[in-house]
Amino acid sequence: MMFSVGLDHYLILSAILFCIGLVGVITQRNVIKLIMCLEIMLNAVNITLIAFSQYITPTLLTGQIFAIFVMVVAAAEVAVGIAIVFSIYRSRESVDMENFNILKW
Amino acid sequence: MLDLIFYLLAVIALAASIAVIMVRDIFRAALCLIMLFMSVAGFFLLLHADFLAIVQVLIYVGAISILIIVAIMLTRDARHGLPLDNYKYWAGAVGLLLLIALAYGILNTTFTLPGTAPLEQTIQPIGQQLFGNGYVLPVEIAAVLLLSAILGAIAVLRDK
Repeated sequence: MMFSVGLDHYLILSAILFCIGLVGVITQRNVIKLIMCLEIMLNAVNITLIAFSQYITPTLLTGQIFAIFVMVVAAAEVAVGIAIVFSIYRSRESVDMENFNILKW
Repeated sequence: MLDLIFYLLAVIALAASIAVIMVRDIFRAALCLIMLFMSVAGFFLLLHADFLAIVQVLIYVGAISILIIVAIMLTRDARHGLPLDNYKYWAGAVGLLLLIALAYGILNTTFTLPGTAPLEQTIQPIGQQLFGNGYVLPVEIAAVLLLSAILGAIAVLRDK
């Protein structure tokens, strides 16, 4: 059976997901929600990598291995990011981005 | 049939990702994010990436969403939600422009598809590539990265 949904469909879908995540990263004021939007963007990139791996190099699996490394970095990023959010929350009692201006000069 | 599943998953993924941004209650936003992760795992299954689908469910649905929910429960004013920023229209315009540019680039590129059949099972080839075929050093670096991330999180959160 032929699968008529092609590479373009997956690329357009992941482009839409990436743009939704980007809009969320720009507009959200809650830091935890901002991390969630970052995860949306990383998932969109993973869909792109695996779609390319499937359609362009079906037997080499390079894109899938790249996606595994993206997942590893995403897990590390969430762990460190939420630790930093907790650490600032202890001193500021807030998760609003407006109050996270400790590094602002 | 597979087309129908693709479009169904696409509708679920887009609705869930828009809900993550729009829903004010952050706990519901986290549940929508979990739904997005599950639908992305469905896309991986459609793309014959069975190992990646399992890893997606394990890492994203199992670990990262639990971390995010714990973070929501430990921060007090997070439940009520915060209003969006003032420049949400500018952000929407930027996102729409980027989407138009990306779609223009995608639709005007002709990819050379080899047409060979994809691998039926990917777990064994991925294992052979990761540990035998030039990716050993990146795997070790990833292990060191995860260890340093754990140590960094502990060091940041330790009582002074």
